[in-house]
Amino acid sequence: MTGSDGAGLRVAITGMGLVTPVGTGVDAVWESLSQGRSGIGQITQFDTTGYPTRIAGEVRDFDPERYMDRKTARHVARYCQLGLAAARMAVEDSGLQPSSMDPDAVGVVLSSGAGGMEEIERGHRMLMERGVSRISPFTAPMMITDIAAGLVAIELQAGGPNYAVVSACASSGHAIADGFEVIRRGDAVAMIAGGAEASLTPLMIGAFCQLSAMSRRNHDPAAASRPFDVGRDGFVMSEGAAVLVLEEMGHAVSRGARIWGEVLGAGASADMYHFTAPDPEGRGAARAMRAALRKAGLGPEDVDYVNAHGTSTQLGDIAETLALHQVLGERARTVPVSSTKSMTGHLLGAAGAIEAAACVLAMDRGLVPPTINLEDQDPQCDLDYVPNQARPADVRVSLSNSFGFGGHNASLVLGRAPSANAKGA
Amino acid sequence: MSATNPAPAGEPLDFSELQRMAGEILGVDADRVQLDVSFARDLAADSLDLVELIMAIEDRYQVSLPPERLEGMRKVGDLWQFLQEQHGAA
Repeated sequence: MTGSDGAGLRVAITGMGLVTPVGTGVDAVWESLSQGRSGIGQITQFDTTGYPTRIAGEVRDFDPERYMDRKTARHVARYCQLGLAAARMAVEDSGLQPSSMDPDAVGVVLSSGAGGMEEIERGHRMLMERGVSRISPFTAPMMITDIAAGLVAIELQAGGPNYAVVSACASSGHAIADGFEVIRRGDAVAMIAGGAEASLTPLMIGAFCQLSAMSRRNHDPAAASRPFDVGRDGFVMSEGAAVLVLEEMGHAVSRGARIWGEVLGAGASADMYHFTAPDPEGRGAARAMRAALRKAGLGPEDVDYVNAHGTSTQLGDIAETLALHQVLGERARTVPVSSTKSMTGHLLGAAGAIEAAACVLAMDRGLVPPTINLEDQDPQCDLDYVPNQARPADVRVSLSNSFGFGGHNASLVLGRAPSANAKGA
Repeated sequence: MSATNPAPAGEPLDFSELQRMAGEILGVDADRVQLDVSFARDLAADSLDLVELIMAIEDRYQVSLPPERLEGMRKVGDLWQFLQEQHGAA
């Protein structure tokens, strides 16, 4: 953009858009998270008869035509509808107007773990039942995992770097990391970054049932996602979208933008261990966290809050706890660590972005959201998980973890808005 | 993308039904779908939209549009004429 290498440019967060099972919009989501309210309920999007898991976090009362015209809504998958809605909210919140800027100035990294799953299933059903001539011509563009980024570029006229990062449940952690790097190196002034997921489909839910990875607490959905609790029996799948507007700090300050917070560092690694199980000692996760802190120029003592990946699986919860001990040392014993998945469920490819937003809000509001349903803490999980009640805290720096099938790890280090911590811009 | 039920055999063609189907698939008000209206220019329909509409019409009227005729479907009237031909032949 500018011809300079842009190394070291600071990256502000100037907009947030959230469409989640615990609410739509920043205020509604924060109210749920700070009140410890679960968004998990019975699955209504298809008939779950015969499924061992019949609960999930659905986005309720979503009307895509509030965010796009009728024809566009018909021709994109639900994950794209949710993603575009969140992107529109985030950009509106930021006050940026990409359409009136240099087309290279604003880019999009909008990720999804699974993409247009329901369209794959629909297209396949038509193929099996009625033959190739009855596959919709829109099936291909609707099912692919990158198309949400393209859709946002078209709808918001944001012509900078544009793609999706796919790393299962770490996808939007990586998307924010990438958006941060694009701005740091000077390739765009702002990046619309986050994730969108809508995978509550017969095949996806069925496939995860077969992995025995999901909670079967169908009789008590609000209590089903219980990270770090001995009574947990797997994660709860959710849908939704979360998008942040990342912006070069000088640009944000000069236009008088509201600065929610700052991306200070990002780190990524591979477990090199197993397709679906985490390294039981959490070594890959620890390397991602260390890399993120190193990039931020911070140490363990600087971390005031950790938003854990904390999916409510036994292996994952224990491995992450061990990883936090390795990275934070003594600090691990006192730093508050919570899993907002206890309330939102697991938004898969949108999880990293909603959790980054939860960190930003924790810093902005001076309140750490709780881990709900934590009644009987697993003795192998020995950190302060902020059980059941939000807690006032002076949070300057947050660490947010996202880990995905395949052993993908992404960690983000986020900072409070400079005006609030007197760092200056 | 909803499945379309076939029209009962022997039922006369109803232009308002074509208007309704095209309106829904192309995302326009049904009353904008008129015989002298161009799919591309007036209804902003691209080739994919047209394929989707034709698929729905094939299902509804149990007809089959040969690919070479797709080229000639520029106006709503072209589609309506094709349907009348097929209906008369049935």
